[in-house]
Amino acid sequence: MNALPFIVASYVVAAVVVGWLCVDTVLRLRKARRRLAAAESGRARR
Amino acid sequence: MGLFWGLFIAPADWQQGNAVRIMYLHVPSAWLASAGYMALAACAVASLVWRHPLADLAAVEIGPVGAAFAALCLVTGSLWGRPTWGTYWVWDARLTSMLVLFFLYLGHIALIRAFDDPQRGYRAASILALIGVVDLPIIHFSVQWWNTLHQGNSISLTSAPKMYIGMLAPLMISALGFTLLFAAVVLARLSAAVMERRTRSLLLAEVRSA
Repeated sequence: MNALPFIVASYVVAAVVVGWLCVDTVLRLRKARRRLAAAESGRARR
Repeated sequence: MGLFWGLFIAPADWQQGNAVRIMYLHVPSAWLASAGYMALAACAVASLVWRHPLADLAAVEIGPVGAAFAALCLVTGSLWGRPTWGTYWVWDARLTSMLVLFFLYLGHIALIRAFDDPQRGYRAASILALIGVVDLPIIHFSVQWWNTLHQGNSISLTSAPKMYIGMLAPLMISALGFTLLFAAVVLARLSAAVMERRTRSLLLAEVRSA
């Protein structure tokens, strides 16, 4: 049996899973930083 | 680098042919799914015994990452099984115990979010993490204890590897890369969780003082 389609499918699935993990983590980190900065600047203003 | 080496430079297996190149994804994700669950159990001990608040946060963040690696291990294993064994899935001891690990991760994620009081959720999830740790030796020794379709261990801590160095080296580099990725993602998510908690406490203090 030709293994190439299975190899390609495995690497595509891995790229999707790892890519989703990385993008989700970076977006969450950026959002958390932005919200914390806003909350701290709000407190400093008062 | 390990994946590139495994995909383009490492030789094909004499028996499995090029399908063995899936190993450079499948084996590191399996190791990390198990190591992640071990970390989850360590967090459970730290949470139940010392009531360390960071242990609960770490457990919340390790869960989804470990589940993603367990899912990746199952999917790549299934895609490796079709050209090698002629089937995507069999209810073999190794495959079934790995599926149980994936469900343990999902159960842990669900339990944490199932209670209105987060402390009760952390406690229930910690108990599940400790009970589920029984699955780790079952996964490891399943290929020795039962007659499985899954091949036996090629790498062991107590004996020399049974694998050609030209295949072992990219596998180890790939495993190192996956481990660093796992650690980086968990630490970044933990850092975000700490910031979210700090933001919440600042906003709560603001509401109380208003």
